[in-house]
Amino acid sequence: MSETIERQDEIREPVLAAKNVVRRFGGLVAVNDVSFEVRPGEILGLIGPNGAGKTTMFDLLAGSILPSSGEIFLNGTLVSGEAAHRRIGRGLGRTFQIPRPLPNLTLIENVMLAAQGQAGEKLLANFLMPRRVAAEERIGEKKALELLELVALTHLAHEPARVLSGGQRKLLELARVMMADPAIILLDEPAAGVNATLLEVIIDRIRDINARGITFLLIEHNIDMVTRLCHHVLVMASGQLLCEGTADEVARDPRVIEAYLGGAV
Amino acid sequence: MDLLGYGAFFLTTALIFSLVTLGLNLQWGLTGLFNVGLAGFVAIGAYTSALLTTPDDAARLGGFGLPILVGWFGAMLVGGIAAAITGIATLRLRSDYLAITTFGVAVVVQLVALNAQKLTGGPFGIGFIPRPFGSLAETPLLFNLSNLAVVSAVTLIAYLALEHLSRSPWGRVLKALREDERAAISLGKSARFYRVQAFAVGGAIMALAGALQAHFTGFIAPDNYLPILTFQVWVMLIVGGSGSNLGAVVGSILVWAIWAGSGALTSVLFAPEQQARAASLQIVAIGVMLCVILLVRPNGLFGDKPLRARFGKRAKAAAGEST
Repeated sequence: MSETIERQDEIREPVLAAKNVVRRFGGLVAVNDVSFEVRPGEILGLIGPNGAGKTTMFDLLAGSILPSSGEIFLNGTLVSGEAAHRRIGRGLGRTFQIPRPLPNLTLIENVMLAAQGQAGEKLLANFLMPRRVAAEERIGEKKALELLELVALTHLAHEPARVLSGGQRKLLELARVMMADPAIILLDEPAAGVNATLLEVIIDRIRDINARGITFLLIEHNIDMVTRLCHHVLVMASGQLLCEGTADEVARDPRVIEAYLGGAV
Repeated sequence: MDLLGYGAFFLTTALIFSLVTLGLNLQWGLTGLFNVGLAGFVAIGAYTSALLTTPDDAARLGGFGLPILVGWFGAMLVGGIAAAITGIATLRLRSDYLAITTFGVAVVVQLVALNAQKLTGGPFGIGFIPRPFGSLAETPLLFNLSNLAVVSAVTLIAYLALEHLSRSPWGRVLKALREDERAAISLGKSARFYRVQAFAVGGAIMALAGALQAHFTGFIAPDNYLPILTFQVWVMLIVGGSGSNLGAVVGSILVWAIWAGSGALTSVLFAPEQQARAASLQIVAIGVMLCVILLVRPNGLFGDKPLRARFGKRAKAAAGEST
């Protein structure tokens, strides 16, 4: 896809927005005054050389770490100070650079765990309203199976997640995060360490899910994947936002080339 | 008849141990909380129930002469609260640091029991703890059997409740925290909230076991709650299989059988003046058993984690050898 795509939906409220976000680790400024918006329905790419601060930015957006200053908005609500486990309930799901399946739980348990607002996750509800818990579990199991089918892992549904290959783990994470019905999914390097065949599956699935109206923010080093998937791309270097545009525009930008190859060019 | 009586006595003690092990299985087997201070929570339960139910004693606080059931519920409540406080205080600690802290808690509890004479009777302990079916004490067999019935019923209820919880969405969250806390948080589960819950529920069960034991023997002293108790219960869980409630119960009975059996054996085999030294053979017997289990079945008899056999056909198959 080489044609230029207009950035989607400039009018509607952004799904996710960062305003002047700064994060320091001691003397190191990992993320330095970064602001951007993710528009509903788009696949936004976040690229940059190693150490640019991309994953730190993800951790800030997901709430795993808190910003030193600046604000993060999810669907218009200020969430910068909120605990990480509350974000998914507000519609923000994430996957990890190195996938984190729960190795001794089965695939279906992995996916079902991600359902939100389950009565059965309250201790006493399991004794006081067993029928409601059982009904929710049946609905959850059906939905989890559908999601496993989406990522072509149905045949392993009752196997423990430790049997999965690296690429399958990424697919499982995708199915798992979908279980929570997120409005936006942060994907951290979905292509890393994945063979070419499985990569095509991952790309197709991201497109399918995006077609359902789910927004993506994607960290990726695989430029081919970024070019094919992303409507718009942000480039980070040394903790700052360097430039943005379509994948082709940023690939030609001399500042980007310099950041990737080093200042000596 | 004597044998039946002893069997009942033996099983009662073993089942009280399995109750403690069930509590530990919730904390470690399901949630991955490294509690090596469980003797402290057992002690809290025993002393709470003893204070609530013993007749008034001028030498110390209370007792309040309340019904035994009140004592047991009180033990669960106080044990649960103490465990929840420990859980909250250790929220940021993982694995070995958590272990050191819980060990410290147990030592503190034991030292308080030993020294706070006005509260606990100090080194002399608390006696005259009312025994359920105390009126039957004239006929030991009947007395032992009724005790066994009560303890069996309590253990069964705890087992069924925990089994239900392990398979529930609540249990699934605990297992997720054990496997990968960060992943669970990213999926919307509050690690802190669930860790404190697992601590509290497990602590309450341990305290209940302590209370049962206190009423079963009628007398408690600080010496009952030394770290050796924690060690025994951990061995029971490892042998039975961490993560399995059935394993917790079976492991407890098995380890207690070896403990009691080796104790009986040494008393037969050795002269009276050697008895004290021979007693340490009990610990040797348990240690040997632990080694054997860890070598042959590293995940215990009923462990829910993958079996990595080192001997036998399965191991050879895994290693790609032909037999």
